[in-house]
Amino acid sequence: MTDAKLEFDAAVGAKQEGWNRPPVMEPSGEGGVLELAMGPHHPSTHGVFRMDVALDGERVIRLKPVFGYLHRNHEKLAEGMSYLGSMPFTDRLDYICSLTNNWAYALAVEKLTGQEVPERAEYLRVILGELTRVVNHASSIGFLIQEMGASGTPLMYAFREREKILDLFEALTGARMMCNYMRFGGCRVDASAAWLEATRKVVAGLPGFVDEFEQLLRSNEILMARCQGVGILRPDLAVNAGVTGPLLRASGVNYDIRKVDGYGIYNRFKFRVPLGDHGDVYDRFMIRMLELRESIKILEQALKEIPVGPVMDAKAKIRGFRPKAGEAYGRIEAPKGELGFYLISDGGPNPYRYRVRPPSLINLTILEDMCLGQNVADVVLIFGSVDIVLGEVDR
Amino acid sequence: MKTVEEIKAAIEAAVPDARVEIVANPSVSGQHSLRLTPSRAIEVATFLRDGLKFDYLSNVTGVDWPDKEIAEKVKVTREVTKVEDGVEQTAQETVEETRKRVEPGCLEAVYHLYSMSLKQGPLVLRMRTLNRTDQAELPSLTPVWRSAEFQEREIWDLYGIVFSGHPDLRRLLMWDGFKDHPMRRDYVEPDDFEYEPTAHDDVLKRAEAHRAAHATAGAAGHEATGGEQ
Amino acid sequence: MLGEGILKGLAETARNFAGSFVSAERLTTVQYPEERIAPIEATRDFPFLLYDGSDWEAGMRCVACQICEKECPPQCIYIEKSKDKKPDALGKPQFYPARFDIDISVCMSCQICVEVCPFEAIKMDTEFELSTTDRFGGLLYDRKELAKSNEHYHKIHPTEAAEVDARLAEEKAKADAKAKAAAAAAAAKAAAPVQAAVQVQPAKPVQPAGDLTAERETKA
Repeated sequence: MTDAKLEFDAAVGAKQEGWNRPPVMEPSGEGGVLELAMGPHHPSTHGVFRMDVALDGERVIRLKPVFGYLHRNHEKLAEGMSYLGSMPFTDRLDYICSLTNNWAYALAVEKLTGQEVPERAEYLRVILGELTRVVNHASSIGFLIQEMGASGTPLMYAFREREKILDLFEALTGARMMCNYMRFGGCRVDASAAWLEATRKVVAGLPGFVDEFEQLLRSNEILMARCQGVGILRPDLAVNAGVTGPLLRASGVNYDIRKVDGYGIYNRFKFRVPLGDHGDVYDRFMIRMLELRESIKILEQALKEIPVGPVMDAKAKIRGFRPKAGEAYGRIEAPKGELGFYLISDGGPNPYRYRVRPPSLINLTILEDMCLGQNVADVVLIFGSVDIVLGEVDR
Repeated sequence: MKTVEEIKAAIEAAVPDARVEIVANPSVSGQHSLRLTPSRAIEVATFLRDGLKFDYLSNVTGVDWPDKEIAEKVKVTREVTKVEDGVEQTAQETVEETRKRVEPGCLEAVYHLYSMSLKQGPLVLRMRTLNRTDQAELPSLTPVWRSAEFQEREIWDLYGIVFSGHPDLRRLLMWDGFKDHPMRRDYVEPDDFEYEPTAHDDVLKRAEAHRAAHATAGAAGHEATGGEQ
Repeated sequence: MLGEGILKGLAETARNFAGSFVSAERLTTVQYPEERIAPIEATRDFPFLLYDGSDWEAGMRCVACQICEKECPPQCIYIEKSKDKKPDALGKPQFYPARFDIDISVCMSCQICVEVCPFEAIKMDTEFELSTTDRFGGLLYDRKELAKSNEHYHKIHPTEAAEVDARLAEEKAKADAKAKAAAAAAAAKAAAPVQAAVQVQPAKPVQPAGDLTAERETKA
């Protein structure tokens, strides 16, 4: 466990200070240390996020992330309104993946109340969840390449595909990004046959898009030179630091909540969990590329098998919804990692405690360990490979 | 997965003087939790990580349980002095009385553990502070699980639990000069939290009151951001 | 070979560049506002109040129950209940909103008001060109600005509107049947003391007051 850490510390010239702590690095002594505040309005920070970086020449010797610029006390707001009232606010956590946020919240409430979700609603959730994953992974790869300096082109390839999927979201849920679609015990409206047909058509075009995207990027020498061996994250540290999602799997840890919990109906589908070997930026990029293909597989199966039937639990109540006292923690594999909702009910119409476990925030806490000893230009790249949305980090 | 009773027994066998209490969860989720005594929490956590392979700490959060006033009826026996026929006599009398008792509140930290290697979970741990004011202290589990670091900072920020042994306990989401802990249930928001004139009458009234109070204080910055047209 | 990957990528870009001239699917730019893309039926942005018939004030379905005001997550709805009552679509005297304001600068288009409304009185519009020079008053819509006819609803969300109309018609038929049964029972009761001596007149159904509104609906 600690051997790798010692090797790493020796390589970057760091003092030992607990195997799961970031090493303390001393400047080399020539030229002094440059303290640099990257952000909160740095174009690469995906929003308002600041990193206080200490530089010894080009080398990063300390990095402290600073949060809270987008804090709006989502949890406090939720404690002051009904269970249903928080649903549209969950859209605004990770605003690229609003449907998986809806799903996680609905799942937590269903755990609390024990409501059943009809078969067709489960299929719709899987279809929408995987479409969301395609949207997220494609645009996150696009952003990563943009941060590498290829401004625009690869991102536009991703956005062209995203646009088709957002049109599907709009046709079903009424909104492109703030979908507010899932409810406790099902989904708000049913999908028409025409919508399913349109979705099949879009999904049929996705493998071609992934091929094209891979052809465009995968073997690009510049990309490989920038990404390989940069921002390495050791698997033991990744587990200890609570990192989840593609970031964890790129470090070689086989942990996908879709497989582990099998929530919803995920255990009915055949798909594989891609794993990385090195835990560097290139692995994270490739994991997302491979997960795109696995998502397409799930989508094809779900679209083939989707049954007819109701989409809402007949006993579900919209007004006067009061779960019995108790608590529940529900989690799903959101595109960015484990998204969990922890709810305590005191039997009233509002949750007593409402907590979001944001994958973006917890994946970011490991940023310093990944950046130490790297060049300052790679910080942007490593940050991009974490894939965060500030709406979820600061809540 | 082991049940909470088995885990409790395993903890008590491994860490002899640790006292663990099972907190039953009445909801259908069936996620019962274990309440630890803060003094031995680090040892228990290390045992859970290394012995029972709960290597992944997913979620850490705070809960505020404010002081609760409980009214209850009690039968009280007291001695009553009566004057009967010029002689003072003491007699016993039983009366029913409504007494108000204040159940002291506390702050609670909740930890959700999973095992990545054994694919198990969740195990819910809880710890309670002695009170909500001067003894709101708990041991930090950051040395055992790194993922607690920023989440415990968030709890300190929003609830005000002091985590002893935390390597870097600063505010996470609120700014450094901020005084209160906004997620506490008795938190009162400052009068200038929302300037935007909307048709909410109460917001407008509050904004006006705030502006009137600050106009005399000469808070030019507030005036500039107030911006009612 | 070094550079092979870059060349592969460039070939892909070239293919896409050439394709954008020949494939109609790739020509996605629309010259707004002269041209517009076809509207998507389920689209929603801000709420409006539905009325039946041609008079917005008389036909407004809202009965000022204030459920939407309570449930609205960003609290952008303000309702003042009327003091008097007026007949609704079923002829029952109901309160109406003396004031119904929605601050659409606060509204987040979540549609929860529509879901919780038991009277099918509030629906989502698709109008998005709402820019105004008055940031405060211009974005606070009162009930006159919010009132839109059922025809408008049918125009923007035809499928949904047809479902709602069918549901309302069914409810109305049920209410009518109930009123008829109640009237018949009342007539039978009135006739009961006379018993067999006189031939019982067939109970003439009392015309429910709701029919007036129904008439107005069909005329409109």
